Amino acid sequence: MSGTQAGLVVAVFIACAVEATEALTIVMAVGVTRSWRSALVGVGVALVALAALTAALGPALTALPINVLRGAVGGLLLVFGLQWLRKAILRASGLKSYHDENAAYAEESRAAGDAGPVAPGIDPYAFFVSFKGTLLEGLEVVFIALTFGSNQKDVPLAAAAAAAAVLVMVGIGVLIRAPLARVPENTLKFVVGVMLTSFGTFWGGEGVHAHWPGGEVALPVLIAGYLAFALIAVAALRRLQTARDEVLSRPVRA
Amino acid sequence: MSRIRALLRFLWDFVVGDDWRIAAAVVVALAATLVVSESSIPVWWLLPLVVVVILSISVWDVARRRS
Repeated sequence: MSGTQAGLVVAVFIACAVEATEALTIVMAVGVTRSWRSALVGVGVALVALAALTAALGPALTALPINVLRGAVGGLLLVFGLQWLRKAILRASGLKSYHDENAAYAEESRAAGDAGPVAPGIDPYAFFVSFKGTLLEGLEVVFIALTFGSNQKDVPLAAAAAAAAVLVMVGIGVLIRAPLARVPENTLKFVVGVMLTSFGTFWGGEGVHAHWPGGEVALPVLIAGYLAFALIAVAALRRLQTARDEVLSRPVRA
Repeated sequence: MSRIRALLRFLWDFVVGDDWRIAAAVVVALAATLVVSESSIPVWWLLPLVVVVILSISVWDVARRRS
């Protein structure tokens, strides 16, 4: 396995583990509060829709010429990665609230409890909430797995990493029967943001004929550089916050 | 019509997210890299530079609004 393939597996696995954790919280909340059967049917229908989307888009993407693919899909991956990294920097510096699975679970459970009596057979509320949660979180998984897989010309490897992540997280969820609050989601999102941004820069650059010094060696350099930048940005924003809080806490003199 | 609008809104949020300037900067940087790469000038540094600059601007704006 080459360094790029190893990076692909790590990035796709972590990204998919994070998304699976979030979907699992939603499904557990409606399953426990309303109907497991309806929630699981919702998950099943969403998985079929995601599989159909993957089957339709995967071959179409891999059929594109490599430079077009890397320019367009690498660029998309870069925009997507920058979104993740931006949010991760804002969360780590205290400018955006952290994602808390226990809080999300409590909120989903409360909403599910307030949604009226559980319908016999398939409960529409449990079905649609778990369908929507799985589909939306799954779309990110499909997007990441397809962009990584098609750029690396190895969709099966990316799909295997994604499937492994989902199976691991669902397995842990079934074992502990609680939301996966101990998964260090915010740290993982930080790592994923750096990885997606680095791979997006590398592939996007190659797609528009930028020649990276050292070829594939540039990729770990990009990862290290973006990680260093993100950590410096977090430290600077935290200092700014602290300075602002100090100014605000000073007593006002008449 | 409203469904199409909702789908477009979803796609916009999904891909572009909270700050459209990031997507715009990436598109401009990719186009500029493509144009410059036709000459003999090395241009690999442009994309990472744009990433660092636009990310700094985007997070700094949020911090400034909060303070």
